[in-house]
Amino acid sequence: MARIIVITSGKGGVGKTTTSAALAMGLAQKGHRTAVVDFDVGLRNLDLIMGCERRVVYDFVNVINEEANLNQALIRDRRCDSLYVLPASQTRDKQALTKEGVGKVLDELSESFDYIVCDSPAGIEHGATMAMYFADDAVVVTNPEVSSVRDSDRMLGILASKSRRAETDVEPIHEYLLLTRYSPERVANGEMLSVADVQEILSLDLLGVIPESKSVLSASNAGVPVILDTESDAGQAYGDIVARYLGEEIPQRFLDMEKKGFFSRLFRG
Amino acid sequence: MGLLDLFLSRPKGSASVAKERLQILVAHDRTERSRPSYLPRLQREILEVIRKYVEVDTNAVSVNYEQEDTREILELNIVLPETAHR
Repeated sequence: MARIIVITSGKGGVGKTTTSAALAMGLAQKGHRTAVVDFDVGLRNLDLIMGCERRVVYDFVNVINEEANLNQALIRDRRCDSLYVLPASQTRDKQALTKEGVGKVLDELSESFDYIVCDSPAGIEHGATMAMYFADDAVVVTNPEVSSVRDSDRMLGILASKSRRAETDVEPIHEYLLLTRYSPERVANGEMLSVADVQEILSLDLLGVIPESKSVLSASNAGVPVILDTESDAGQAYGDIVARYLGEEIPQRFLDMEKKGFFSRLFRG
Repeated sequence: MGLLDLFLSRPKGSASVAKERLQILVAHDRTERSRPSYLPRLQREILEVIRKYVEVDTNAVSVNYEQEDTREILELNIVLPETAHR
């Protein structure tokens, strides 16, 4: 029986796909059989971030419509044996993801995987609600910025009411906060909401903080999940997050500015 | 600039404004949300209980929820039929 994790946010462009790719790769590297599923029907992107866009033959909707079986559609990652990608369809019919169809595919994936990471589209439309409906855990990706925080709060409301767990009255979805594009310098200058501010507003368990980093763009340029860039701050931050998700006690990093000496403070611009 | 920073207290940045606005907004959004989520079920169950004792119409029970500064008001209105005995 797999654990189903939805990566969600409400607002677009906050780092859902980057996070889905990194978390899935991280879980797989730890030896867990992991499938990462792109729910963004119409605008598929996960395959690009994972670097397998040229290997897409069949997609999620083909499997739902029984035009292909799951094994034909799943793409095995070339860097990690226990990681598979299920790409989204480019069909414009958003209703192609039926609740029955998605449920059936996730059930079948559940038989052979330990974790299923669902990369949600932005918004609160059909694709987003389908991505979260079957979830056991939710990672709410948030930027320290007003519209993103507000949208995250709205997603929490939807997670609490429109999910399988809510409807069947079992233990609710475990929700985690992941703060991305964080800039400790700007927080120190009072220009950006701090982790503590966002946590206070959303009252969520903090899974971690990803610092604003050039490595995220260069990783996506190359089609490499940023977690594989272990030299980079963002890569290391995602590494921490995977370990923390799996229950390890890892202290939070990347919350503070690099310590500057007295003289560099005295003479800075 | 760097030298001045050491001696002057840091000015209040825009982040604190963002936080205040969000706290108000999120609290408001949450009351809006809390309204429809349990009220229909509450209404249905109250109706069931009343129907154990009195034959009433489906529309006989209305439930209203309001929130004021420091208190929440749950208003319950039951219209009993002319002959209230079975």
